[in-house]
Amino acid sequence: MVIENKIKISYREALKQGIREVLRNDDRVFLMGEDVGHYGGAFAVSKGLLQEFGEGRIMDVPLSESGFVGAGIGAAIAGMKPVVEIMTVNFSLLAMDQIVNNAATLSHMSGGQINVPVVIRMGCGIGRQLAAQHSHSWESFYAHIPGLIVLSAGTHEDARYLLPAAMKSPDPVIIFEYTSMLNMENEVLNNPAGVDISKAKIRREGKDISIITYGTGVYKSMEAAEELASMGIDAEVIDLRVLRPLDEATFLASVSKTHRALIVEDAWRSVSISSEISARISEKVFYELDAPVKRLCGIEVPIPYPAHLEDSSIPQKKDIVNEVQKILNP
Amino acid sequence: MEQTAIKIKTESGLHFLYQMKLIRRFEEKAAEQYTKARIRGFLHLYIGEEAVAVGVIQALSPDDVILSTYREHGHALARGISPSAIMAEMYGKREGCSMGRGGSMHLFDRSKNFYGGNAIVSGHLPMSVGMALAYKKQQKNQISCCFFGEGAAAEGEFHESLNLAALWNVPVLFVCENNLYAMGTAIRYTHSMQELEKKGIAYGIESKAVDGMDLLAVLDAANEATELIRKTGKPYLLVCNTFRFRAHSMFDAELYREKTEVEEWKKRDPIPAFEKYLSDQRLITENDIKVLEARIESEVQQAVDYAEAGTLEPIEELTHFVYSDPSK
Repeated sequence: MVIENKIKISYREALKQGIREVLRNDDRVFLMGEDVGHYGGAFAVSKGLLQEFGEGRIMDVPLSESGFVGAGIGAAIAGMKPVVEIMTVNFSLLAMDQIVNNAATLSHMSGGQINVPVVIRMGCGIGRQLAAQHSHSWESFYAHIPGLIVLSAGTHEDARYLLPAAMKSPDPVIIFEYTSMLNMENEVLNNPAGVDISKAKIRREGKDISIITYGTGVYKSMEAAEELASMGIDAEVIDLRVLRPLDEATFLASVSKTHRALIVEDAWRSVSISSEISARISEKVFYELDAPVKRLCGIEVPIPYPAHLEDSSIPQKKDIVNEVQKILNP
Repeated sequence: MEQTAIKIKTESGLHFLYQMKLIRRFEEKAAEQYTKARIRGFLHLYIGEEAVAVGVIQALSPDDVILSTYREHGHALARGISPSAIMAEMYGKREGCSMGRGGSMHLFDRSKNFYGGNAIVSGHLPMSVGMALAYKKQQKNQISCCFFGEGAAAEGEFHESLNLAALWNVPVLFVCENNLYAMGTAIRYTHSMQELEKKGIAYGIESKAVDGMDLLAVLDAANEATELIRKTGKPYLLVCNTFRFRAHSMFDAELYREKTEVEEWKKRDPIPAFEKYLSDQRLITENDIKVLEARIESEVQQAVDYAEAGTLEPIEELTHFVYSDPSK
């Protein structure tokens, strides 16, 4: 349904439109991944693309994460523009050697002779009762690696536009897509210019506190901010969007304005994206702070199957609302 | 040397002998420089295995790409990367073929289609398949040639790569240099099936084993393999049974194998064998060999002088090439 320049679509449809756009724009682009073709994508994201683009452009691959991710890297070096889909982030550990030792490393190790313009997409996240081995949040693993560009699609806009922007990168890009959001509908602004993958995005402006988040934390924080607004608290919500290299200028400026920071993520607390953000705030704008930096993170437990335990293992909207109130009214 | 259909001409015979002797002398010199602490880190010598690199790489065209291992000085030299650029790389100098950032294990030269110098065992096999996939999609008649040891053939990435290459029908020449030891562990402790060529057959890949100590046999087999790949576009596994005469690396005390085994293999040294063949066939004279050796001695010394005179990259450039855009 088109309303002026906005379209209301599901997160899944937004992803598919992004993939279709990059396939149409450049003959060198092809999508490879487990079940992307005949099955239509494990999450139906690529449904219909095989029929539209053919087997040469939509390649089903065997369950060989290291093999096909490495092949994507090789194809990128040799002049193609592969979009490699790892069905879920959980399986990406099997391809970690290729991503870390090859994709991220070849440019520097070869003295700049080789660049690797591969894009690797992964479904990820918690919230579908898939239990411990299918609910990982590995953003911090990849954000740790120099040489990678790491993006997180926390909104429908980014689900639609991160991929076309990533395809312009000469260097390897990892895109995290959140499977718990696939059926969620939202309006996406038609934006032929695309999005800027070097910048974080201020999703809501506010003056009282900076809520810094990414991924599934974005909509939860936006909803919390609306509830806080009804209590007279004006929260700014920052979607990091790019987890490496971090756009620290945006969140440091925000914290310098609001003087308070809450960092929200589903991932485990220790050695996480939030630890890094907190450290940078302390290092660079400590004297701007009116309150200690706080973090809401995942509880450090393998994600359990029952819904009530799973929900309790990650920050929810009410937790964000409560925490902000505590920071503002200590 | 085994009887072979191949007919060597004086010119190519001298060239192959030159390449093998250059690799041998270059590495002896590198080991010397290592003991003088001019070269640091890991240094893995190829001495004993020269016939494999020389025999296989001559069968490739300049457009074909090569991916190799951390024991790749021989492949880099056989590909025509200058000894000076390689020695400078080992010295960590910016005049090195990877600007000094890679060292001995990471020799790269894109202008020669030489893609490393890859030091995670088997990690480059999937890339070699991907490069071949790109050439197939681009309808180019290029081969992706991937060298690895028998140790790599125990890794999952080896099996994934053979499966993908066969499944996609892409032009990869897999060259397994079976030197019988994965670092310090003998093949009898690492492979349930030690006839490694059978692993290719299991994936429906044309496969062959060859005596890697016999240059003529390797030449023959590599020519046959590349011709077949160019004709069919399909992958090929060539297992070259060979032996390294030196330790795994400069840190290795070689406690895992008997000296007698090494001495037995040295009797099959590919260089004197090929030299004798050329002499017996009256393709070269003693004087040719003297001239060749003098040339090599001079080139290797030049390489050392070049590396010694090289410059160190300024520390301000430490983070260059992490990203293509230096501002990141």
